[in-house]
This record gives sequence, structure tokens and C-alpha cells, in this order.
Amino acid sequence: MSVFWQKVGSLFKRRELDRDLDSELASHIELATDEYIREGMAPDDARRRAVLRLGGIEQSKETQRDARGMAAIESVLQDVRYAVRTLRRDAGFAAFTVLIIGLGVGACATVFSVVNSILVRPLPLKNPNALVWIANRTKTEDNMSGRTLQVGRVLDFKQRNQSFSDVAGYFAFYGTGDVSLTGNGEPERLSAVPVSETFFPLLGVQPMLGRQFRADECKWNGPGAALLTYGLWQRRFASDPHIIGKALRLDQKSVTVVGVMPASFDFGAIFAPGQQIDLFYAFPLSPETDRWGNTLAVVGRLKPGATLRRAQAEADILGNQISDEHPRANDIHPVLSFLPQHVSGQVRPALIILACAVGVVMLIVCANLSNLMLARTAARQKEMAIRAALGAGRKRLARQLLTESLLLTGVGAILGIVLALTATRAIAHLTAFNLPMLSSVRIDVRVLAITVLIATATGLVLGLAPAWQIAVLKLNASLGQRGAAGAENNWVRGTLVASEIAFACVLLVGAGLLVRSFVRVLDVKLGFQPRSAATLRIDPGRGYDTNEKLIAYMNDALHRVRSVTGVEEAGLVDSLPLGKNRTWGAGAKGKTYAPNQYPLAFVRLISDGYVKAMGMTLKQGRDFSEHDTLGAAPVMLINETMARTLWPGENPIGKSVVGPCAKEREVIGVLGDVRHMALEKDAGLEMYLPSRQCSDRGWSLVVRSNLPISTLGPAVEAALRPITPDLPRGGMRPLTELVDRAVSPRRFIVLLLGGFAGFALLLASLGIYGLISYSVNRRTQEIGIRMALGASTMDVQSRIVLKTMGIAGIGLAAGIVASSGLVRSVNGLLYGIGSGDPVTFAVAAFVLMLIAGVAGYLPARRASKIDPMICLRAD
Amino acid sequence: MRMPTEPKLDLLQGTLDVMVLQTLSVMGAQHGYGIARRIEQVSGEEILLNQGTIYASLVRLQQRGWILAEWGTSDNNRRAKYYTITPQGWKQLAEDMAYWRRLSSVMNCVLAMAEGAR
Repeated sequence: MSVFWQKVGSLFKRRELDRDLDSELASHIELATDEYIREGMAPDDARRRAVLRLGGIEQSKETQRDARGMAAIESVLQDVRYAVRTLRRDAGFAAFTVLIIGLGVGACATVFSVVNSILVRPLPLKNPNALVWIANRTKTEDNMSGRTLQVGRVLDFKQRNQSFSDVAGYFAFYGTGDVSLTGNGEPERLSAVPVSETFFPLLGVQPMLGRQFRADECKWNGPGAALLTYGLWQRRFASDPHIIGKALRLDQKSVTVVGVMPASFDFGAIFAPGQQIDLFYAFPLSPETDRWGNTLAVVGRLKPGATLRRAQAEADILGNQISDEHPRANDIHPVLSFLPQHVSGQVRPALIILACAVGVVMLIVCANLSNLMLARTAARQKEMAIRAALGAGRKRLARQLLTESLLLTGVGAILGIVLALTATRAIAHLTAFNLPMLSSVRIDVRVLAITVLIATATGLVLGLAPAWQIAVLKLNASLGQRGAAGAENNWVRGTLVASEIAFACVLLVGAGLLVRSFVRVLDVKLGFQPRSAATLRIDPGRGYDTNEKLIAYMNDALHRVRSVTGVEEAGLVDSLPLGKNRTWGAGAKGKTYAPNQYPLAFVRLISDGYVKAMGMTLKQGRDFSEHDTLGAAPVMLINETMARTLWPGENPIGKSVVGPCAKEREVIGVLGDVRHMALEKDAGLEMYLPSRQCSDRGWSLVVRSNLPISTLGPAVEAALRPITPDLPRGGMRPLTELVDRAVSPRRFIVLLLGGFAGFALLLASLGIYGLISYSVNRRTQEIGIRMALGASTMDVQSRIVLKTMGIAGIGLAAGIVASSGLVRSVNGLLYGIGSGDPVTFAVAAFVLMLIAGVAGYLPARRASKIDPMICLRAD
Repeated sequence: MRMPTEPKLDLLQGTLDVMVLQTLSVMGAQHGYGIARRIEQVSGEEILLNQGTIYASLVRLQQRGWILAEWGTSDNNRRAKYYTITPQGWKQLAEDMAYWRRLSSVMNCVLAMAEGAR
């Protein structure tokens, strides 16, 4: 052991030990010389003999060094030192290589971090693989109320099933910013999620401070209790360790803080991507909440040994039983899926595509660098040949080249990790993107391991090709004549460049399709005008406890806002488009429907002015007015799709709809369709009820105005403050934010993939440029002779450009064929175009050929400026 | 270029290490050149030793703690590095000697047997 450490130590004390050895050997020579002189030799001869008997000073040093240190490590260090020296001489090449590898590795590590946190890493819950998302089966996929479950049916299911150890849920129709916090400090709007008693125990999440909800707090009208999220506790309460037991005023009601959730638990990241949740209420599973209809999002934990398939089979039977027993209540038909899959489900295909894309980028990086390395080796053939002639083994030379490339990739990988660290930090703070688990994106051990693996593989690939060339190095050939081996590896390099172009083409086509889809999505007819409009959450305080008072508040608020200068129109809505949706049954009066065919329509409760403030179009009839109020006749607006569905080919005005918030309602107008679900999804049946006839607490005020938010916001707030003293400041948001948020996952993918495609394009063009200028340099003489024999500048240039185009064309052809096969995998992400979109393919081909042309033309122009005399005289 | 040491050298090194230890045990403190000369003389100038290899052996023995080194002055006033054997070195030498004696007697027997069989 101590020998080992001495050997290791000797690696670091090299210089000192060498100096000592030098003087020892010098003394040896002196002693020997003395003796030979005593024997009668001439001093010079004596000294020569002394050195001879020693066996050479350098050789002696070498054997001693080998004995004292670790020969293998020392020679590796020597290789590294040599590589550093060589690369420093070629700093441009080294910097370029490190940069490219850094970008490639950085991209890989970043994408893998995202994939890791969304698809690979287990959810931060106890044994998440036993957690099951329980949705309701519906006919239409878009039916939001249908997918949630009714409290009573969930209780029945929970009681009877044998597969789940527990079933719990949360109230799915909570709204972001629905709760207003007043008292201690500025009033503020918070997002609260009501959860059932066993929701957190079921997930296996323990409060960091305090306790879970108690049974009495989960009763109807029980004592108000709240669990704070770590973020709110930190931000609003300065991490007060004595917060437990304190009372908060939420919506003018006193609520006791019973606990604080740990920082590791992010409800939004798992269940509501892009939303920040501030606190949790207890949600009673009681007859009162049962009456609210389908409101629960439900999660269950499988008993040990239970399988999803058997649980599903059981749920099918139980669902039918329970639904039959309660013919008047909503049906329950549970559809089970594992929670992790449910969470990552939507983004999985996009992430897989991103992962593949980054893999392709890495392939291009490898091809590009192999090419550079090949060019370098060709240029260094003489050096290698000389070193081989001086006795360096081929293995040793090959190892030297591998060391160089590993060194380059090593430094590149470090750069890549630094880049990835920055990128992941940025991604984790992207609150505007509603992707699940995005905030947990970070570089962890797994990502580091993958990165090291990728970098090592890259280094080996880069080093192997030149090393292989060394193995077949013909000494005499290389030493004797210049550049004969160049021709042999030219086709290898050509193939590499062509494959780079093919890969770049695949990425370009993929990115092109997504960009075009993105543009299509942004171009979609929303049915409202998000520009020059802003929204603000308002709600009347507890004092407005009767419908009459509420209506008075509503009138007052609208008048006040409309009188603000610069405000064109203002209106109220219970929930804005592209957010939460609910559907209610709405059948045409006088028609009978089969039980499963009863029409369901999205509901919006709106005030007068909303239609204009949103910039929606009234196609027929009239808008609501202030007079469509409690005592007046029940009226409604419907969209065109609903009009067509309920009364095909008839005039809907004056017809009646049965059900929504009244026995029956008369249709007084028809509005254009609005994309409520998502930009990519067509409008369904939509109906609008006057909020004065069907009231709900908590409204979004929509204001149409050309004023900037910074002046409009304070003005509107000032106008409302006399009747809403608790109105939080700075709550006004532009309406465009809704659209931005809705398209954010798509933009995320488009940005990343577009970035990759651009990078690939850059690399491919560098590759082709490098190849052509290299071959031009090698053929300077030939070109000179051609020109001396009368070839014109044009001839020379066109020959070279044509050659470039030839290589690019082959790559492009391969790329197009590969793309047309591969793009089918992005089909799910496309909107408005097919995966075979000819425009995208044509543009990609054109861009690639154009870039190849430019990359070929630059060296060609240089070649055509060659002075025949100079290059003939050279060498 | 340094090549990896080949395995067959190990025996030779081992032999040299024993010779160095034995020399030091007999002569007391001695410098590298003195050790090399002594080995050559004792062997009746039969092994032509590359004297330089002695230094590899010396550093090996030093690392194992069997000998110590110290700079000093020679009889004819030359600075030289003097080596002395340590107690551990004595122990090792005893073991090595026993081993070499056994080996050489076995080798003798084996070689004699081969002659007899012919």
C-alpha cells in the first residue's frame, strides 16, 4: 500500500525527484571517471567509458523513472501533455471542436434533463407507481364535466372496490386566483385547491409543519382549515415557524392554518402544469357537494399485488352497478391509468421527438468532427510517419490520437455541462410553459452519467477513424510523396458530409413542419380578439349575499369601469376561454333524445358588454342587456355550432332550450364559435347565459381598450376600489396571455427543435465548406495547371460548385427519403398540415442546396484566383 | 518513447534487488557506483551490468522501505548518495537468501537429473 502511495506521490514530485536523480547520475559518472583515470586512461576516454558502462544517461533515467512511478499513468499523462501542446499549436481547431462538442453535449444534456424529469424520474410521491388516475369515460373527449366524477358515486366506488387501498380526490373546478387573502398586508389573490380528507395521505405527502386535515374539518360547514404550500409560506409569511394555528382571512372568512406542505410537493407540476397553487382547503365529500354534480378529479392507490387490468375490470362492473342504482345521478364509468403516465401522457410524444432530434444533432456533431479529424490526420501524416520511423509503435501513435480526441471531447463535455446547467436553470424557471414537472428540471447524477457516456463515445468515434488510418499508414509512401493518402479518405469525408446533410435535412423538415403548424395554430380563428383587451379577477365581498345585491354590485362595477377614459367596453364572465370548461345538458324544447344522445354544451355566464369587450361577433339576433335580469324572461345566446346542431336549417332565434339554469330559455342571439378548449380544437356546442339570471361568485372582468396595461390597470382598479376595497393591486393581465399560455407547450417544442435544426444546418454547412476548401487546397497544383492550359475562372468555379452540389444532392436525396419516413412520428404534433407537406419539403431542400452552394462557392472563388505560375513553382 | 516493461525482466530485477541488498549488508553504507562495481567484482566481472539499472533497483528498494538514502561525501571528496540497509531490509534479505538457496539447490538437482537421463 505504502509503495502505491509513494508511486502516486512520485507523479507529483516529478521535478524534484528528477533533479535528485540527475545529480546522483552525475556523481556516478564522476566516481567512475576518477577510477578509470586512476587506471591510467585519458580523462576524455575515461568519461566516455563511464557513460558507456552506465548504459547511457537518458536510458538510466528512464528506467529509474519507470521503476519509481507508474509507467502506464505516466505515459498517459505524457500523451495528454503532448496532446495539449499539439492542440495549443492548433488553437483555432481546438476551440472550434470544443465549441461544437460543447453545444452538442449541452443540447443532449438539457433535453435529457427535461426527459428525465418528466418521463424517467419517479413523481415525488410515495410509491408513485401504485397511484392510479381515475377518470370518467365520456363519449366526447372534450367533455370536461364528464371526465370528473360525482362525489356520491366516488364514495360508492371507494366503499365497494377491492383493488384500491384508498380513493381520494380534489375539486377540479377550483379557479386560479379564486381566493382573496385580506388582512395582514396587501390584499392578494390566491389559488386554492380543495382536496378530500385522505388526498395527501394517499399520495404519501406529509406536511412539513403541522398536520393533515382532520375529519371534522372535512365535514360540510366544518371549521375552516388550510394547508399552505411552501412557496406561499415563504413568500407571504416570511417562513414564519409559528404560523400553525394562526387564522387567515380568506374570502372574508376566518380559516386556520393547520400545516405547511414541503417544498418538494408541487401540486401544479403534477396535476395542473403551469399553475401555481398557494394553499389547500379541505373538501367535504358530503350530500351537499354531491349535488354539485361531476366535480371530483380522483386518484386511487392500488393495494399491494393488485394490477391495473384487474382494477379496471372490477371498475367496469362496479361502474355499471352504481350507475344503474342511481338513475337520476351522473353515471360513473371509471377509466384507469397510472398517474405517472397520466401526468406525462400529453407531452410524451413531443419529448421523444426532441430526444431523437438531439440524438441526430449529436450524430451530425460526430460526423462533422470526424471529418475535421480526418483532415487533420491527413495533414499530419508526415509527422506521424516521422514519429513511426523514429520508433514510435503504431499502437502508441493511435493511442496518442485517441488521447487527443478524448481530451477535446472531455473539455467539450465540461463546456456542455456548463451550458446545460444554465439551460436547465432557465427551463426550470419557465413559468409561462404549462408542461408538467418543468420546475424540477435539473442536472442530476443520471444526466451526468449519460453526458459522460455520450462524450466518451464521441471521443472514441472521433479518434478511431484517424487512428485506423495510422494503422494502415504506409511509411514510405507518406514520407516519400506528398498527399497520396488524401484521395483515399476523400470519399470517406464525402460520405460523412453527405450524411450530415441528410441528417440536417431530417431535422429541417421536422422543425419546418412544426413551425408551420405553429403558425397555423396562431392563425386560427379564435372567435375573439385577444389584442387590446385585458382581464382582471374581481368578486364581490361576502356582504353581497343576495342575488339582488350581487346584481347591484355588477351594475355598479360595470358602470364604473366603462366610465374610465380609454375604456371602450367592459363585461363580466365566470370563466375565460382556454381555461376551465364545464358542460351542461341543453336540449331543444320539444325534441326527444336518446339517453346517451342528450346534447351537452359548454356554459359561460356573461354580462352585457362581454361579447363586445371580447371582440366576439354577433351573427344574428341581439346581445344581452342590463334588463335581462332576475325578473325578466330567461334568455340565452348560443354559438353557430349549437344552432346548427339543435335546429339544423332553421332560424334559432325565438326557439327554446330546456335545462340550463332555468326550466327553459329563449334563444335571443347567435354568436360566432369560440375556441374554448384549445386553439387546435374546434368549438363544440357553446351557450351563454346572462349572469344576472344565473349568478355565480367570482368573475373575470374583460376590458377592451387601447391603453397599455400599465395605465389601464391602475385606472380600472381605482375605479373599482370604492366598491371593492380589498381589490389586490396589479392583477390586470392582457388577454393575449391566455393565448400565449395555451400555445406554450407547442412553442417550447418549436423553439427547441428549431434551434436544433439551425445548429444542424450550421454544422452541415461548415462540414461541406471544410471538405471543399480542403480538397481545393490539395488540388491547388492541378487547378493551376488547368488554368495554365486555358481553363477560365468560370470553368474552375463551376466545376467546384457542381461537385459541392453533387455531394449535397446525394445527402439531400437520402435526407428527403429518410424524412418522409420519419415525419410520420410527428403527425400527432402537426396542425393544419399533413406530414408530407410539400412546401416544407421544398423549402428544406432549397435552403440546404442554397447553403451547400454558398459553402462550395467560397472556396471555388478562392481557387479561381489562384495564380498558375505561383502554384506551379511551389514545391 | 517508453515501452511497457516486459514481464521476463521481473526475474532479473528481483535478482538485482537481492544482489544490491546483499552488497549493502556486507559493505555498509555505499553509493550507487560502489554497489555496481562491487557486484561486478564479486561476480568475477561475469555479468556485464548496465550500471544504470542499479538506480531503478535502488529506487524500488527505497520505496519498499528496505534501504535508506542520504547524500554524503566520498573518500576522494566527491558528493554521492549513500545507501544503507534498514532492519526491514535485513529481514527481507534473510527471506530472499533462503529462497534463492532453495531455488538454486532445486535447480542443481533438476539439472543433474537431466544429465543423468541422457
